Amino acid sequence: MRYIRPLSIEDAVGQLAGSAGTAAILAGGSDLLVRMKRGFVEPDLIVDIKSIAGLSDIRETADGFSIGAAVPCAVLGENAALKKAWPGVVEAAKLIGSKQVQGRCTITGNLCNASPAADSVPALVAAGAKAVIAGPSGKRTIAVEAVPTGPGKTSLAKGEIIEAILLGKRSPRSGDAYLRFIPRTEMDIAVVSAGVNLTIDEHGVVTAARVALGAAAPTVLLVEEAAEALIGRKLDEAALERLAKVCAGACRPIDDKRGTIEFRRKVAGVLARRAATTAYARAGGK
Amino acid sequence: MNFDPRFSGRKFASVGTRPIRPDGVDKVTGRARYGADFNMAGQLVGRVLRSPHAHAIIRKIDTSKAEKLSGVKAVITAKDLPDLTDGDAAMYDILDNCMARTKALYDGHAVAAVAAIDARTARQALKLIEVEYEILPHVTDVDEAMQHHAPLINDTIFTEGLQEKPAKPSNVTKRSQFGHGDVHQGFGQADFIVERSFKTEQTHQGYIEPHACVASVSSDGTADLWVCTQGHFVYRQHCAQLLGMEASKLRVTSSEIGGGFGGKTHVWAEPVALALSRKAGRPVKLVMTRDEVFRASGPTSATSIDVKIGARKDGTITAAEATLRYSAGPYAGSWAEIGAMTAFACYKLDNVKTVGYEVLVNRPKTAAYRAPSAPMAAFAVESAVDELAKELGMDPVDFRIKNAAQEGTRSSYGPVYGPIGIGPTLEAVKNHPHMKAPLRKNQGRGMACGFWFNFGGQTCTDLNIGMDGSVSLAVGTVDVGGSRASLSLVAAEELGIAYEHVKAIVADTSSLGYNDMTDGSRGTFSSSMATISAARNAIKILRERAAQMWDISVDDVVWEQGHAVAKGEKHGNLGKLSLKEIAAESGKTGGPIAGHSELVADGAGVSFATHICDIEVDPETGSTRVIRYTVVQDAGKAVHPTYVEGQYQGGAAQGIGWALNEEYIYGKDGRLQNAGFLDYRIPVCSDLPMIDTQILEIPNPNHPYGVRGVGETSIVPPLAAIANAVSNAAGVRMTHIPMSPPRILAAIEAERGE
Repeated sequence: MRYIRPLSIEDAVGQLAGSAGTAAILAGGSDLLVRMKRGFVEPDLIVDIKSIAGLSDIRETADGFSIGAAVPCAVLGENAALKKAWPGVVEAAKLIGSKQVQGRCTITGNLCNASPAADSVPALVAAGAKAVIAGPSGKRTIAVEAVPTGPGKTSLAKGEIIEAILLGKRSPRSGDAYLRFIPRTEMDIAVVSAGVNLTIDEHGVVTAARVALGAAAPTVLLVEEAAEALIGRKLDEAALERLAKVCAGACRPIDDKRGTIEFRRKVAGVLARRAATTAYARAGGK
Repeated sequence: MNFDPRFSGRKFASVGTRPIRPDGVDKVTGRARYGADFNMAGQLVGRVLRSPHAHAIIRKIDTSKAEKLSGVKAVITAKDLPDLTDGDAAMYDILDNCMARTKALYDGHAVAAVAAIDARTARQALKLIEVEYEILPHVTDVDEAMQHHAPLINDTIFTEGLQEKPAKPSNVTKRSQFGHGDVHQGFGQADFIVERSFKTEQTHQGYIEPHACVASVSSDGTADLWVCTQGHFVYRQHCAQLLGMEASKLRVTSSEIGGGFGGKTHVWAEPVALALSRKAGRPVKLVMTRDEVFRASGPTSATSIDVKIGARKDGTITAAEATLRYSAGPYAGSWAEIGAMTAFACYKLDNVKTVGYEVLVNRPKTAAYRAPSAPMAAFAVESAVDELAKELGMDPVDFRIKNAAQEGTRSSYGPVYGPIGIGPTLEAVKNHPHMKAPLRKNQGRGMACGFWFNFGGQTCTDLNIGMDGSVSLAVGTVDVGGSRASLSLVAAEELGIAYEHVKAIVADTSSLGYNDMTDGSRGTFSSSMATISAARNAIKILRERAAQMWDISVDDVVWEQGHAVAKGEKHGNLGKLSLKEIAAESGKTGGPIAGHSELVADGAGVSFATHICDIEVDPETGSTRVIRYTVVQDAGKAVHPTYVEGQYQGGAAQGIGWALNEEYIYGKDGRLQNAGFLDYRIPVCSDLPMIDTQILEIPNPNHPYGVRGVGETSIVPPLAAIANAVSNAAGVRMTHIPMSPPRILAAIEAERGE
């Protein structure tokens, strides 16, 4: 096993592209090291990206925010501007593992681990976040929902690294929220989860919305029908009822040690409804 | 000198105070040495190969490729641990469990082991061992295993305890029965009868420290073992027997222990580590991973229990009956028997009958878990008692008070009680502010009682007085919950010196006579008795030495508050002699001063507790939150109240986990699905409220200070108390533990008719 700590993204990409055996990217290591310890993976090359310039920064740009791939989740919570603009994304990132884990783990790692139960991913999908990818043939930017393709699988090609996650500039009267269901209070993985992001007009009518569900299908689900249930309406009981129903219907969950199909469907609806209520309040809706 | 263990009602100077524990600083600074912290020069890494199958015949094991791998120093299979148990069936089961012989009986059953120069080599070697299995049908559910068509786990087992010997072998190893009176007649007198069936899933003790040991066998056949255990003397006996050694040739040293709760009363890896070391000729360290701890150490039973209780309109219980089925893993046990004994122990009953069935399943060998078998029985009985109170229109506390056992009551399992604490704990609960606190929407309150026998057992202790007057106390009971502090307090109390001058240690097996292990809540009960006895023997010598120093008769010397005092008119001019002064002269007055004691601590007083808990249920998701929790328990006498409270809180915390989320989940393939702390959900800190405690002290007449064991009873009521609270909050009776959110939501929806 070879461990390297490149100083530039070009070097990292080059090392990954040129590696012969299995390679892994290390940021916080909260997934990778656990998998290595349990013997699930034995990488020949580990590329630690924490020393690459800029990857540990959150930048506020004219278009919104750029969150470097090595920024620990705890740091997101310390950024007042980010927290104000995207409270749902930040609260999702701050639910991962425990305080100690949040000091290491990153939202990019959470995305690339490609677990359908990843906490930050439904919030990022609802937020319309994008991933900036550096690779042997240059850079490209894609929607975050296009990154995971199935449990543990991503659309990234050999040599590609996500460099940053982009979150857009907020339009007025917008809010987002994320909720997950776990049997405990922390140190757990979502049994099912929901992220809602919406914008309202001055009358409280929803003008734009994105709803995403976690642990409800092999990848995080962007439920367009759920957004349609909200758009053009105030967040009244009927709209919420419809939202819950659509979300429950959109789930394609499995029965496993963490929950049953039945339970996940019902709770997906409940969480979507509760997250929508919070997002609506954050947008200033009454 | 004959030791008089009777309660004397003395006033205490040290006992009942709360000094810091002697092992505290080392534990919080990381200096304390746990099982995996021992290391030896030339030490190898041991790893175990485990069956991935729930039930399979082992056709062939080929270790040749592993043996050829560079860095591998020993590979062993069952052949290297031959059967030396000489017809001892229980020891044979332990041997077979340590290393499968002809069949793998559960997912995780050890089939081979290696010792190599490092972990990587050891892991590679395991992959090179080829095992040929013939997979057999398996059964993991306790009720399914009792069906006549269930796969048979051991065809040599015929149910014991039946009137006629059965013609066919069965997975039921034993039937046991307890009770008195005539339940049929009793139910005839009842105005109300509640009858229900309950299930509890299998849980693990969840100790944070995995099993770990270092074994070093010398070429002369003697050996050392450093190990995390609740009973190093028992480990010595078992290992010596399984390896064909004389017990005195094996010295076992117990490490600090990161939790045991009954799970470290049983050897799993230690005979394997010794066999590896014997074959390799080098020390071997064997540390289980968490995955191995779950799959292959000893969880508690899964159960299926039917309860029927009848009462008259005035609230008198007329009859009580229970049938209890407990899983034992693939080897015979007596778990249902204990459940059947404890089930109705809190109550005064004219007509009571309990029947227990021990059931084999393809799961790990069941081990003790804190008041083993009692929590599940209490869950079933106390749920039914609550329901019956409701039907009668009686307050659940008043209903229990009316039927509580008292001094002189013949218990449901046979013996007649002496002075006991069930009534006082119920009265304390009735008057506790918690019972009157308001509840909010979706919140429910529950309460329940619990009983545990407690145990005394064989105990040997040495007390040595140094020439500077400080005292070393060497005990043979492993300190699992602060007993070194408690025993130091007892030594200080008896000698009349300050706690700070006593240092207690847990001695190794070559330094003391045999001690039973720290189980049955016996650590402080039995070792305090032995410490008192040893101190009194030392005091006798101190008096003799003082008499010698004064040149008077020892009959004229008494021991008062740490001093020899001369009595009688003619000694009026003699000043007191302190322990320190006598010790300083000991070299001239006959040599070292010590007190020794060996005894069987009989008369462990039975223990009772009553718990109250408030739970909030989210009716849309089935999620629960423990809002408030109160433990009231009789301690006899709390030697160190902080550690008594710690035991109360710890038992409640484990009970909360068991009640709400913890469970072994097996797939259809018979493999454990959640062998880790992520999906085997013990409570984390933020899941629990501060657990409030109230210590009652109803002296145990059979202990000089009135001490009763306190470690186990606290886990008996929680399952029931929480089930009663959840049932009250959700408006539906919960009968399946754990009450995980999917189960609660399904129950609420079934009640609503959805």
